Amino acid sequence: MVALTAEKQDHNLLSRMAAGDGHGENSAYFDGWKAYEENPFHPIDRPDGVIQMGLAENQLCGDLMRKWVLEHPEASICTAEGVNQFSDIAIFQDYHGLPEFRQAVAKFMEKTRNNKVKFDPDRIVMSGGATGAHETVAFCLANPGDGFLVPTPYYPGFDRDLRWRTGVNLVPVTCHSSNGFKITVEALDAAYENARVPVKGLLITNPSNPLGTTLDRDCLKSLVKFTNDKGIHLIADEIYAATTFGESEFISVAEVIEEIPDCNRDLIHIVYSLSKDMGLPGLRIGIIYSYNNRVVQIARKMSSFGLVSSQTQHLIAKMLSDKDFVDEFIRKSKLRLAERHAELTTGLDGLGIGWLKAGAGLFIWMDLRNLLKTATFDSEMELWRVIVHKVKLNVSPGGSCHCHEPGWFRVCFANMDHQTMETALERIRVFTSQIEEESLKLTKQMAKKKKCWQSSLRLSFKDTRRFEEGFFSPHSPVPPSPLVRAQI
Amino acid sequence: MGLLSRKVTCNAHGQDSSYFLGWEEYEKNPYDNIKNPDGIIQMGLAENQLSFDLIEAWLVKNPEAANFEREGQSIFRELALFQDYHGLPSFKKAMADFMSENRGNRVSFDPRKLVLTAGATSANETLMFCLADPGDAFLLPTPYYPGFDRDLKWRTGAEIVPIQCTSANGFRITKSALEEAYEQAQKLNLKVKGVLITNPSNPLGTTTTRTELNHLLDFVSRKNIHLISDEIYSGTVFTSPGFISVMEVLKEKKLENTDVSKRVHIVYSLSKDLGLPGFRVGVIYSNDDIVVDAATKMSSFGLISSQTQYLLSALLSDKNFTKNYLKENQIRLKKRHMKLVSGLEAAGIKCLKSNAGLFCWVDMRHLLSSNTFEAEIELWKKIVYEVKLNISPGSSCHCNEPGWFRVCFANMSEETLKVAMNRLKMFVDGPSSSTRSQSEHQRLKSLRKMKVSNWVFRLSFQDREPEER
Repeated sequence: MVALTAEKQDHNLLSRMAAGDGHGENSAYFDGWKAYEENPFHPIDRPDGVIQMGLAENQLCGDLMRKWVLEHPEASICTAEGVNQFSDIAIFQDYHGLPEFRQAVAKFMEKTRNNKVKFDPDRIVMSGGATGAHETVAFCLANPGDGFLVPTPYYPGFDRDLRWRTGVNLVPVTCHSSNGFKITVEALDAAYENARVPVKGLLITNPSNPLGTTLDRDCLKSLVKFTNDKGIHLIADEIYAATTFGESEFISVAEVIEEIPDCNRDLIHIVYSLSKDMGLPGLRIGIIYSYNNRVVQIARKMSSFGLVSSQTQHLIAKMLSDKDFVDEFIRKSKLRLAERHAELTTGLDGLGIGWLKAGAGLFIWMDLRNLLKTATFDSEMELWRVIVHKVKLNVSPGGSCHCHEPGWFRVCFANMDHQTMETALERIRVFTSQIEEESLKLTKQMAKKKKCWQSSLRLSFKDTRRFEEGFFSPHSPVPPSPLVRAQI
Repeated sequence: MGLLSRKVTCNAHGQDSSYFLGWEEYEKNPYDNIKNPDGIIQMGLAENQLSFDLIEAWLVKNPEAANFEREGQSIFRELALFQDYHGLPSFKKAMADFMSENRGNRVSFDPRKLVLTAGATSANETLMFCLADPGDAFLLPTPYYPGFDRDLKWRTGAEIVPIQCTSANGFRITKSALEEAYEQAQKLNLKVKGVLITNPSNPLGTTTTRTELNHLLDFVSRKNIHLISDEIYSGTVFTSPGFISVMEVLKEKKLENTDVSKRVHIVYSLSKDLGLPGFRVGVIYSNDDIVVDAATKMSSFGLISSQTQYLLSALLSDKNFTKNYLKENQIRLKKRHMKLVSGLEAAGIKCLKSNAGLFCWVDMRHLLSSNTFEAEIELWKKIVYEVKLNISPGSSCHCNEPGWFRVCFANMSEETLKVAMNRLKMFVDGPSSSTRSQSEHQRLKSLRKMKVSNWVFRLSFQDREPEER
């Protein structure tokens, strides 16, 4: 009794924010991460461990990065070649950021948009990763209680980044598999009209996480028109801009507004980061790029809460100014992404497993609807637990991305090497053939010659907790992969 | 419907205050001993530029750490991917040990209770988010660091209620001042969640006494509220009385593992002690697991770059380096402090007796035309525009007595400090010094000529005296 009172007292002593679970990390989904952490796959030490396919990281070009760093000691302020800059850089805390950093980032952003637009370095504002950028944008554009429209499915981290400390709400704009999860004006209108909170903006992720699709020009124009007409903001998270491969084309909102002469640019904002395109999540390089001068001003003041380390700014300025390196990096990255994507999708095709046709991102949106016992999220969670605990693959269930329909899973492919991908595919092969065998047995018993994977799948899991909303992002709290752990 | 949030349209970021206006003036016309000798000298910036050479020397001697190598292998790739908000374990251990060393190893810090943040700016804001709901208040002794208005209040919605301290007793925190502040908060219908002190103090440059710390612990214990101790200047204590951390007093009073200890939180950073503000290294230390947990999750919004964590973990793990650095840094700060104090004395200006920090709390009350804040701003403007020194007026630090100014000494060369003191002396001595100022001008001109040739001469040497920066 006393202990309970003490704890209650403790909770009253802290803010509601600290005592609550707005961070989103208490969901049942966390089991996947725990399973991985307890038994992480390693080709030699732990060949039966869980393979991490829930982490959207670009690890395919680390070798290029490392080579460049070794060949350019002057880019570090710590080496003999660079130490003469140490004190100037170490002292530099101006929230405008190093001019050469902003210029190099602006150039890089132009390059990743095929040089079809120009970015003004003076509009580049730093933030603590895209995580920090989103929160800052929310603080600038909305008051507590206001809402942003977000097309589903969406990156689970938004629940925390946009809502936790800001008090802002997310209003889902439902997208359906029937049209490839495209965002329709009808869905936008419906969401806007039915919103129970004042809507301040629309947040899109383009290329999409978790879908991997890119928005076409007409769609983008319609989104700009929609938001302009309603007088609300359009925030485009373009964090996966350079992860397009194959025939896929990325069109930035920056390009589209040039084609809309009466566009109200005060409503247009871009969130960017080097975490995905360059595979540098550890360096915490987030960017807010707004066409609204006041937002630039205030976001810059807020950036004091999450500036990019000047040591990192210096390194990145040098790296991104190396035109040849950047060109080669982007080119090779796209090639390697295409290869790894093809490996996974060819494997899945061979097994008759569907996936959403898309040409960007570090993941695929896998269709396992026909493996569900029933078209419910409970079934999805059951299936997911089988995948995590029996097949030993950590993937992200669509429900955690607020997908409207159960049965979809996000499967990452860019955070592993070729061997690991082979192993993962082999496990899926084994799993699907087991299901086939079971279903064959049953159909024989039922004396019907129909291939059916669905109804015969018996899952005996006692734990059938309903999936709760909110899940922690595969971002910050993720423990390092075994490789990383060993090295650091 | 407003297009932007109230946070954007209000002024709670505090950057319209005079504190920042002086900066703007400086930026338009910055002093450079060669290129702009008549420019404004920046004395409003609490930076430690005195000991970089020690760190640079370490880097030269430790190429492995400098090159992101371990056992001959580059670990850049692994660092590039490391975004775990628990932080690099070796870095947290090194920080915990360094903090302990800064307190003469009289207390130890558990790395598991450390949370890494992007600078103390982020640490303070994060703690507010964890401890206060919008509308709750924290009590802060005046004068205090102007940045707190932004860091503690802007996005959190928390309020600050001042604990009035006066020159009558050297701006010490008294029991009655604490009680009065608490009552004031109640009158304003604000729920008090805690007290925040800066120890050593900014802008006073004094360390908090054991008596004050005891008062504070009694107070927060009785009121069942938190105590945040921002100890960002803990490594800048250069003379007696030494630095006493609130953690030490908790230990002395045998209050560890009690409820009170769970309500004591420390903020730290490497921006002042090591002079590395650009690297954005901040820390929250708390005995409350829930706070550590919540703050760790919140740190996602401002993690420390893994590249920086790695470098500093190597640097701070070198105990020879840290021991020598702390000692040498303090010697240099003490010397520079004395130069400022004596320079001020020569101009007939006194300052509060201080033993820490990167600045002095200077008493210019006798130069005010009247005992008002208007007169203080008048004087301040003269000092910025005529004397061409950017210093911080006490009112920007919420001091309740006009006439006090914070003057920094560790962010410039010794020569620049001399120039600043000369200018001040001339200003104080009055218009009759105009002829003297002409010959001063001549002297400076020939000094500059000499300096150019010296400068050329010095370029041929690798080693530089730290104070020549």
